[in-house]
Amino acid sequence: MIKLPYYPGCTLKTSAKNFEISAIESAKILDIELIELPRWNCCGTVFSLTSDDLIHHIAPIRNLIRVQEMNGNGIVKDEHRLVTLCSMCYNTLKRANLRVKENPDDFKKINDLMYLEEDYNGNVEVIHFLELLKKTGFEKVKEKVKKPLKNLKIAPYYGCMLLRPKEVGIDDPEDPTIQAELLESLGAEVIDNPYKKVCCGSYQTVQDKYVVSELTYDILTHAQREGAFAITTSCPLCAFNLDNRQKEVKEKHQDFKQIPVFYFTQLMAIAFGLGEKYCSFDLNYINPRPLLIDKKLL
Amino acid sequence: MKEGKNIMDRIAEASKSITTGVDEKDIKNWVTIYIMGRGYRVPADLTILTAMEYAGYKFIRGCGCRQGFCGACSTVYRRKGEYKLETGMACQTRVEDGMYLVQIPFTPAEKAIYDISKEEYNINVFFKYYPELARCVSCNTCTKACPQDLEVMDYVQAALKGDFEGITEDSFDCIQCGLCAIRCPAEIVQYHIAQLGRRMYGRYDNPEPEHLEKRLKEIKKGKFDKEMDEIIHLNRKELEKLYAERKREPD
Ligand code: SF4
Ligand code: SF4
Ligand code: FES
Repeated sequence: MIKLPYYPGCTLKTSAKNFEISAIESAKILDIELIELPRWNCCGTVFSLTSDDLIHHIAPIRNLIRVQEMNGNGIVKDEHRLVTLCSMCYNTLKRANLRVKENPDDFKKINDLMYLEEDYNGNVEVIHFLELLKKTGFEKVKEKVKKPLKNLKIAPYYGCMLLRPKEVGIDDPEDPTIQAELLESLGAEVIDNPYKKVCCGSYQTVQDKYVVSELTYDILTHAQREGAFAITTSCPLCAFNLDNRQKEVKEKHQDFKQIPVFYFTQLMAIAFGLGEKYCSFDLNYINPRPLLIDKKLL
Repeated sequence: MKEGKNIMDRIAEASKSITTGVDEKDIKNWVTIYIMGRGYRVPADLTILTAMEYAGYKFIRGCGCRQGFCGACSTVYRRKGEYKLETGMACQTRVEDGMYLVQIPFTPAEKAIYDISKEEYNINVFFKYYPELARCVSCNTCTKACPQDLEVMDYVQAALKGDFEGITEDSFDCIQCGLCAIRCPAEIVQYHIAQLGRRMYGRYDNPEPEHLEKRLKEIKKGKFDKEMDEIIHLNRKELEKLYAERKREPD
């Protein structure tokens, strides 16, 4: 079992517990133990673009120091990768890491401000769980499948934070395939469509839910037109906008048919034969169980 | 008090019991501190609180237990020649030569009114009453300010994760002095959030203690009525005697 530092983020401890638990249990099947970062703090949520706004990079860098500490006190051995699940956390942590490495002056200032902590040494590598799976090998993933997701037509949705900007993207920003590769290895039928990388509306959801529900309508109906039965995502905010906002979509578009939205890890858990025990489908807004029962996966 | 003594002598005398109990002429070590910018020579072994009294201040507020428990006597100070702003409890912090200081007897802070029995036990309760919580930038300034050496940032972060047990454990020794809130760049009122967290945790995550239920029933049935009635009618002397002779739990 390889042990890796893992950063959950606030949402995975609250409204996206279904993402966390399905990921941790699926990882075990692949001999990966995701160990929660001790004393982690909020990632900072949004990467600050203002050039002199260093205070907002303290939160992400402090988390990277915790990875050093895990190595220091032997929780992990010589392991400098930090695994993330939430696309937003991934993006913020990775960009902050890049930013300090590219700006030695800022790096020093941030370390100075955190004088109670050991200095960050710049050696931590922030990765997304999907990258880890790719590195582990989708062949290996395939070997562990007990219940292939046969006849399950899935449209993977990527959103922005996994792909942009290019320096931190885990895949081709114009035509990402990493989720498709994973889903194929799980035995699913992948539905490709150009809306897979269209922004879900992000935090507009707080300001005006109907701005978001129109985007949701476009993204979902395009996938449905191509034949998708469900969507997968790796971002709790995308999931909220694509899943929960279907309520508002339905208000405006009577013809709209609701469609389940999974975290890709929930489908891993099902395909690995873990059943729904680790899926917490009660947290999905549109109940995915009828679909899975229909496809004899539950 | 004898006639003719100057005011400082009178105060020094009055303060004897709370300061050193020794005569001024026997005091060898003196320091100079600056209270709100004005210098005072005070005995070196005093706390900030007793030194201020020695200097003539009289506390009718901003001081309570004198034991480091009540959180009333918050002080902000700098040491001579240092850039760092320090915080502490006046009753627990010893004066140092060249220290300049001011008391912060009260922290203006919005305190939410809620009924915990009507709230849902999840993270939203924090954002409902203290939405500024989301502004925390993890700067750790609050932790540095805490005279109780609590990991204040960690308990604020626990609130952000909806971790009621974490916030309860990490904030348990908070004395609500307000120093963290005064220093926070995000204008968060850490100690009120912590109190909300502890209340929710106590209400929803702990079973009702059996002994409490039993005792409440006994009280209702009137088990202590007679004793209570007796106590109410005691005079001061009798009451003091009863107090002195009371059965105590071992410390
Ligand atoms: S947490 Fe804040 S209010 Fe509580 S003791 Fe520490 S500084 Fe004072
Ligand atoms: S001082 Fe305020 S912003 Fe800084 S860590 Fe504490 S609560 Fe967060
Ligand atoms: S007087 Fe109570 S803490 Fe100082």
